[in-house]
Amino acid sequence: MTSRSRVPFFTAIALLIVAGTALAIWRHVELGIPWLTGEQRPVWMVEARIDFNASDEPVLASLNIPEQSPGFRILSEQAASPGYGFSVVEKDGSRRAEWSKRNVTGPQTLYFKTQFIPDPNANRDRPRRAPKPVSVFWEEPQATAVREILMQAEERSSTPESMTRELIRLMQPDTQAQNTTLLVSGTNHLDLLVRMLNHAGIPARTADGLKLEDARRRQGLTPFLQIYNGDEWLTFDPKSGEQGLPEDTLLWRQGAASLLDVVGGDDSSVSFSILRQTIPALQLAAIQSEENGFGFLSLYQLPVEEQSMFRMLLLLPLGALMVAFMRIVIGIRTSGTFMPVLIAVAFVQTNLLPGLIAFTSVVSIGLLMRGYLSSLNLLLVSRISALIILVIFITAGLSIVGYQMGFNTGMTVTFFPMVIIAWTIERMSILWEEEGAHEVFVQGAGSLFVAVCAFLVMDAPLSRHLTFNFPELHFVVLGLILLMGQYTGYKLSELRRFTPMKAYD
Amino acid sequence: MDWISPRALNRMGMLNMNRRNVDYISRYNERTSYPLVDNKLKTKLVVAEYGVRTPKLLQVVRQQHEISHFREMAEDLTGFAIKPAKGSGGKGITVLTGRDGDEFIKASGDRVPAAYLERHLSNILAGLYSLAGTPDVAIVENLVESIPGLAKYSHQGVPDIRIIIFQGYPVMAMLRLATTASDGKANLHQGAVGVGLDIGTGKSLNSVQFNRPITLHPDTGLALENIDIADWEEMLTMASRCYEATGLGYMGVDLVVDINEGPLLLELNARPGLAIQMANGRGLLPRLRAIEALKRHHFTPEQRARFAMETFSSQR
Repeated sequence: MTSRSRVPFFTAIALLIVAGTALAIWRHVELGIPWLTGEQRPVWMVEARIDFNASDEPVLASLNIPEQSPGFRILSEQAASPGYGFSVVEKDGSRRAEWSKRNVTGPQTLYFKTQFIPDPNANRDRPRRAPKPVSVFWEEPQATAVREILMQAEERSSTPESMTRELIRLMQPDTQAQNTTLLVSGTNHLDLLVRMLNHAGIPARTADGLKLEDARRRQGLTPFLQIYNGDEWLTFDPKSGEQGLPEDTLLWRQGAASLLDVVGGDDSSVSFSILRQTIPALQLAAIQSEENGFGFLSLYQLPVEEQSMFRMLLLLPLGALMVAFMRIVIGIRTSGTFMPVLIAVAFVQTNLLPGLIAFTSVVSIGLLMRGYLSSLNLLLVSRISALIILVIFITAGLSIVGYQMGFNTGMTVTFFPMVIIAWTIERMSILWEEEGAHEVFVQGAGSLFVAVCAFLVMDAPLSRHLTFNFPELHFVVLGLILLMGQYTGYKLSELRRFTPMKAYD
Repeated sequence: MDWISPRALNRMGMLNMNRRNVDYISRYNERTSYPLVDNKLKTKLVVAEYGVRTPKLLQVVRQQHEISHFREMAEDLTGFAIKPAKGSGGKGITVLTGRDGDEFIKASGDRVPAAYLERHLSNILAGLYSLAGTPDVAIVENLVESIPGLAKYSHQGVPDIRIIIFQGYPVMAMLRLATTASDGKANLHQGAVGVGLDIGTGKSLNSVQFNRPITLHPDTGLALENIDIADWEEMLTMASRCYEATGLGYMGVDLVVDINEGPLLLELNARPGLAIQMANGRGLLPRLRAIEALKRHHFTPEQRARFAMETFSSQR
């Protein structure tokens, strides 16, 4: 009977614990919420700077800005440009930052800042509709040369990727045959490659990459070749033929659109400065969760005031766990079951030592006054009501004395729950009358000891962090508490209590 | 610091607090039966129907204004006890053995004015001693006068006999003797002496005070070895009857033997303590398991008492 009836119970507990842990791990992986408090994540801050000379005309400057960059996620965007109208517009499938102003003269500088987070899995470029190769027209004698080279490359390749590599290799200066020399002369090497690949039926385009190095200024963009292999866009180095994007390279521009257009100005140029920043991983997760869709599962969405309330509230289960452990497994006697948790909560707000001093002094002064009250023959309810008022007076008095003496911690005594303290004093006083000072001392010390333990657990930065950022871990706490509720073994204190039984063993 | 290993405790079958709560109290005690035992007034009424006698009820004080009548009622009383109906562990019980003019004499010999008792009654009504702090009623009972054979062992207070009843079977018993340390109360944790009683015969086994074995009563100096409870089987049967009355599977029954009225039920306890094992020098678990293993339970309290005397006797 015993074993059968407990199977569903233990299954439920196991489920709770597994669900709590799994949910926490999932959120750690998916949202990047860190396990530890101090964790930092690198963020690249890229600043594009546009310089041009305005020629006393309405100006429209338009810069291509990244929408999706493989291997990176955009955290924030910001434009700085005094006196200019600014907007981000979508044009032909690419995003552009546009600045506009009616009357401008002289040299102008515009800034556009973006923060990127490295994320190896982000934004692999898979277009929804497969791009088609652009038809290219060649004039003789280039047409023959192109045909010749493509044939050579095609013979030695099997896939679009190998074809591209082969073509790049054939176009290298040292392997250049007569045909290529004819083609290369006077034309842009990269554009030529793009046109040839398109001619061979492989969609190809150029892209501009930015090499990310900390504290670099006035950086230019490096051109890259991209081909579409039927599934996603692949990046090649047009010089070496190396496939794939170097890890520290951010693709700023992909596709055909121009990088920078300036209407109403000349001598325009764009340059980049790069800065490596670190921000707390937690902050990052909080920012991302807003956009992520999983955001509703976290507490970051709440107003800050409620957040801070939940920070406190979510610590309580840990205190309860501590009390359950101390009472069930260790067997420490406390006055009032959850009195220690309430004291511990007060300690969290006052800090340990001032809290301890304040608590013991309030309770002992209260006990003295209660002695007088008991000689007044009052009814119980009015006696406790009177005690509540006295407790408030005592705390106020202590706060004032503390403040005059220069401890402003005295003020925080008010965080103690007054009614609870009044009841504690009443119970302890009756305990004193009925069972003697010894029992008062045992229970009082037990309560304080458990309260201090609960405080130490609740005040640890790690538990503050975990309880708030992984509320699902409370399932685990719940499971542990339920498990303890089924503990039928000996308490530690019972091993001592039953010691005289040795004589009968 | 002296410790006993959990293995040794297991070997002796010592029941511990957690197992008592999980495996016995919460499994065998219906929550709905609790008010019956947690309220002494209800207990009195319910067990009376099953032929279990209790000390005579003199007065019930339910309202604050009734306290003023208390003095009139107490005029012609000499010995009585004031108890909170919902009190536990003997809290709030005041025993008065006599009076001297306007003052009452407590069991301890202290003299208290009537106003003291009135305040005490008022505290009881406000729920100071009740389990959850809920408002309570005070009952005034006839004072039990213990038979001299037992009374001589106890200092001031009336000795009582605690019997653990499991599913209607008496499984373990002890005699509780008040001491100076316990202030006339029969609570072991307050310093009363516990004398283990052999279920088979009603003869004393071991004695403990503050969980430590003793052989002599600390106040009276009498040897505790040869105590023999008279009418033992009748007492076991009476305790066993409380099972039918309350339906509680695991409880402690406190009996006293009055000089005039014989065995009386003092109170029932749905959460009896574990110190009885120390007084008996053996664990409860083997006996509880023996009852649990019974294929068919005996129907009448007499049969169950008989069975327990045969099975759990330490004479065998």
